[in-house]
Amino acid sequence: MSDAVWVLGTSMTRFGRYPELDAVDLASRACMDALADGGVTIHDMDVMGAGTLFQAQTGMGQRVQKQIGQTGIPVYNVTNACATGATAIRTVYLSIKAGEAQMGLAFGVEQMGKMGLLRGGAKAEEKVFEAAGRYGAVTGVDGILGTETMPGVFAQAGMEYACDYEGVGFEQFARVAYKNHQHSTLNPLAQYRKEFSMEEIMGSPVQSYPNTLLMCCPTGDGAAAVVLISEERLRSMPTEVQKRAVKISASVLTSDPWVESGQVQPDINTLTRNAAAKAYEIAGVGPEDLDLVELHDCFATAELVHYDNLGLCEPGGAGEFIDSGGPFRDGRTPVNVSGGLISKGHPIGATGVANVYEVTTHLRGEAGDRQIEGAKVGLTHVIGLGSACGIHILEKAAA
Amino acid sequence: MTEEATEAVEIPTQLPIVEYLRIGDDPHLAANECTNCQARFFDRRNACAKCGREEFTSVRVADDATLRSFSIVYRAAPGIPVPYVSAIVLTDDGTSVRANVVGLDDPMKAELGMRLRFTTFSCGTDDNGTDCVAFGYAAA
Repeated sequence: MSDAVWVLGTSMTRFGRYPELDAVDLASRACMDALADGGVTIHDMDVMGAGTLFQAQTGMGQRVQKQIGQTGIPVYNVTNACATGATAIRTVYLSIKAGEAQMGLAFGVEQMGKMGLLRGGAKAEEKVFEAAGRYGAVTGVDGILGTETMPGVFAQAGMEYACDYEGVGFEQFARVAYKNHQHSTLNPLAQYRKEFSMEEIMGSPVQSYPNTLLMCCPTGDGAAAVVLISEERLRSMPTEVQKRAVKISASVLTSDPWVESGQVQPDINTLTRNAAAKAYEIAGVGPEDLDLVELHDCFATAELVHYDNLGLCEPGGAGEFIDSGGPFRDGRTPVNVSGGLISKGHPIGATGVANVYEVTTHLRGEAGDRQIEGAKVGLTHVIGLGSACGIHILEKAAA
Repeated sequence: MTEEATEAVEIPTQLPIVEYLRIGDDPHLAANECTNCQARFFDRRNACAKCGREEFTSVRVADDATLRSFSIVYRAAPGIPVPYVSAIVLTDDGTSVRANVVGLDDPMKAELGMRLRFTTFSCGTDDNGTDCVAFGYAAA
């Protein structure tokens, strides 16, 4: 018997704005629905992984337990920037791999409201300049020594790729957003479900060129959850339950290896490439085997470089890949058929769980209008700046 | 009165925006370079992030550079003038630096691969009259 870990149940709230609820409500809903989806209860769980970024110090796992069932199991409250959700999953995955648990619940949640632009501090007028911090800065440097804002940082990641390779520019980045907005119209759980023309996308207000407003993910609220189970325990479940289970063929988390430019610009490439190489090796699959990919398109410029980082295109060929329709839902490797972060939304802690929900739903053949027919293998990818990269490869259960 | 209290406090006329900017007659950037592997760091490090050794020496960073990446920032936190050209430049001695491209009459004139040269400028004065000196890169 293999020691594989499987997804038994999964759920997500629609991403959006929930001013009438709090993060505990959102997480509880996702958790209860994921348990019900797997045909189990909180009393079957041996471990809990709880992910949130902005409420990381509030004991989120324990707060959710008080809503859905306090059974005394270990709770790991985790935070890892935008890779928080994937880290929560991996925490439960490792507990099962280690033999400490047979079943566990992982969730990610965030309630951001209309938080607006992330990072980049407001300019303060210093009364007296005084060196502070590791760089001995006498004032805020955002806007003076480059940008610290997320749309700008990720714009630069895309423009560096454009510097190195032909055929990549504003239009290719815009086409990524065009695709994801179009995909989201089929996803009832997406925060936005509106298609935009290329002209509308390229003509929307520029945030950080080349990223316009419609090329940036929104802030929002939402939660997602998964129930994981050991292979041994799964085999004791009813046949119908086993048929819907999805195998986690690889679960990988990486951080930044040293690169020369890493001290001045987050390197979203190297740790993704390392994670992908390791995940493909563990799963015994290659990028050509993937039927769908949910990757971290916090900005259109980010998605494009990850085509290359994940091996979905030839080296340097990300521009040609999007231009030829490769990542569209009817293309060679559909990417972000959920609408991606750009249109499905990006409640940060929830994202790395929600993309596992999405791929699992397709592998089960239960994705409704947005179903990728015959999907057997899928990959999820998230990046948290700092950095952390989480990749999961999921496979449909053998019939 | 203590000796310290009678000492006149010297107020600097200029301060660099960050410690790795050296100002004066010959403004330039300085990096802490690992004596073993030559990895460069603008902040202080307990050990080298590349090789783990603990000895560093201060080195001058080249003034000439190439524009590796940029973004024209139109949306920023309150109080930060926009638009501006945020950039990642690669100096001729192979050091990546984050700074603005300055001096362009139109930000859309920024071009990947363009040649740049290090420059300094004033970016504000505090209540003591001390001038804050920042750096950027201008078209060469």
